[in-house]
Amino acid sequence: MLEDLFKTVTKRFNGDDPEPTVPMFKCPRCAATITQQKLAELGKVCPSCQYHARLTAAERISITADTGSFTELNKELCSKDPLEFPGYAQKIADLQQKTGMKDAVVTGVCTIKGSKTVLIVMDSNFMMASMGSVVGEKITRAFEYAAENKLPVVAFTASGGARMQEGIISLMQMAKTSAAVQKHNEAGQLYITVMTDPTTGGVTASFASLGDIIIAEPKVLIGFAGRRVIEGTIKQHLPNDFQLAEFQLEHGYVDMIVRRKKMRSVLSHLLKLHGYNAAPNKQEVRIDGKN
Amino acid sequence: MEKTNTRTAWERMMLIRDKTRPTIRDYLPLIFEDFYELHGDRGVGDDGAILGGIGRLCGRPVTIIAEVKGRDIEENKASNFAMPHPEGYRKALRLARQAEKFHRPVICFIDTPGAFCGIEAEERGQGEAIAKNIAEFMSLRTPVISIVLGEGGSGGALALGVCDNLAMLENALYSVISPRGAASILWKDAAREQEACEVLHITAEDMVEFGVAEAIILESDTDAVNDLDKISENMKEYLVKIVAEKSEKDIDLLLKERYTKFRKIGVFSETY
Repeated sequence: MLEDLFKTVTKRFNGDDPEPTVPMFKCPRCAATITQQKLAELGKVCPSCQYHARLTAAERISITADTGSFTELNKELCSKDPLEFPGYAQKIADLQQKTGMKDAVVTGVCTIKGSKTVLIVMDSNFMMASMGSVVGEKITRAFEYAAENKLPVVAFTASGGARMQEGIISLMQMAKTSAAVQKHNEAGQLYITVMTDPTTGGVTASFASLGDIIIAEPKVLIGFAGRRVIEGTIKQHLPNDFQLAEFQLEHGYVDMIVRRKKMRSVLSHLLKLHGYNAAPNKQEVRIDGKN
Repeated sequence: MEKTNTRTAWERMMLIRDKTRPTIRDYLPLIFEDFYELHGDRGVGDDGAILGGIGRLCGRPVTIIAEVKGRDIEENKASNFAMPHPEGYRKALRLARQAEKFHRPVICFIDTPGAFCGIEAEERGQGEAIAKNIAEFMSLRTPVISIVLGEGGSGGALALGVCDNLAMLENALYSVISPRGAASILWKDAAREQEACEVLHITAEDMVEFGVAEAIILESDTDAVNDLDKISENMKEYLVKIVAEKSEKDIDLLLKERYTKFRKIGVFSETY
């Protein structure tokens, strides 16, 4: 899991691939190739196989929350390199520069078609959204805030797992976030997980798997152990559909698979089914008219 | 502590991987009386990587849940080298719930390289099983004490590590990733495992410093290693004391303290 993350990040930084003149996207599921521009026009969904490609947190919030309704919480939290781990402080600084984010998760309050909800969005562009102190703390605070204010939580998960550079402190974020989910659960509030690409490792093994309702985007990777780790153990090649959302649905670990363009409306219905109704006359209307 | 453990993390790793290192099956009869092993998750089967049961600790009924390392190849095959499948964690949770019903303290022994990584483990929801244990142990209305015997490997260890007090045997290690895994990611060279052992900060002293562990249990008064009688005696002494202390506590207060123990772990800055 972490290995994948590092390969990806290192590759990106070293610029191993020569930059093509037109930026291209090669689908990791079906290998279809289209331009990045075309992919963006399609809402970052592969036209051949429906693989739902990764979004930034900002993109996710813009297609999920009612326009202008999102207020970020705990924006300033920043990692402190507790182990003085080789290269970590520099990596964080570089990524902060590159992404404009302090760390790999954005949390806040918004409305979705008028229903007020706490939103958690992980961003795989930041160290494959591995969970260190900042990610763990922000998620924990989001659940605590929701429990106190009797609000539902919608969490878009994506992660390579624990953040090795923070050692055991990172592992403990699994316990901390799960404890906060439990607190929110005891407050009788709804928690919807939306698993996006990739939801793996310590995040799958903690708060992501604890939703009252677990939704996944089509063809996204969901699992505990990394594919290569398993292949190394069993000494054989795994089938292509192993650990995809559809595999998890079949095995009973996901409630439903929902396409991105339907997500907002499904979330809104589920929130309202649980009594989180829009405040009267206050239903937000999106400026772009796409409700 | 009366003495200082001068071994490096790597030296401790060698020590706990040595085949003379005692396992839970060695310690069990020296710490508990009237032990009855209980099997199965009531779902798909009985996972040999996790041993569970009921017994007495100086007369007091307790539930015991442990990860099992094998002492020879046969035992290791039966216990899958102490790498549990989801049904192992679900067995643990079943027994923990049972303990809650009968107001028995739960004592967990952690000794695993990690949760098993395989096809069936994924098909049966390894991630969900660990997540569920973490969340449910957090609100289990009975005292939970965990001891790391040797290797505390990642989520596979944490699934038995949500507790009121965590103790480390003095040479035990607890890590988010195997040093070997870390080395292959960091330096693309698994052979640099020894170096990774040190940068990850995985010793008992590190755990106390980070607030992950409350106690270190000495394995001997001297430099002797893997002394079964001495380690058992020290573990028993620790458990008797701490189980009594936690059992006397108001359960709501205990749960609040358990939440706080994990809630405060994290290192970050916050400037507005």
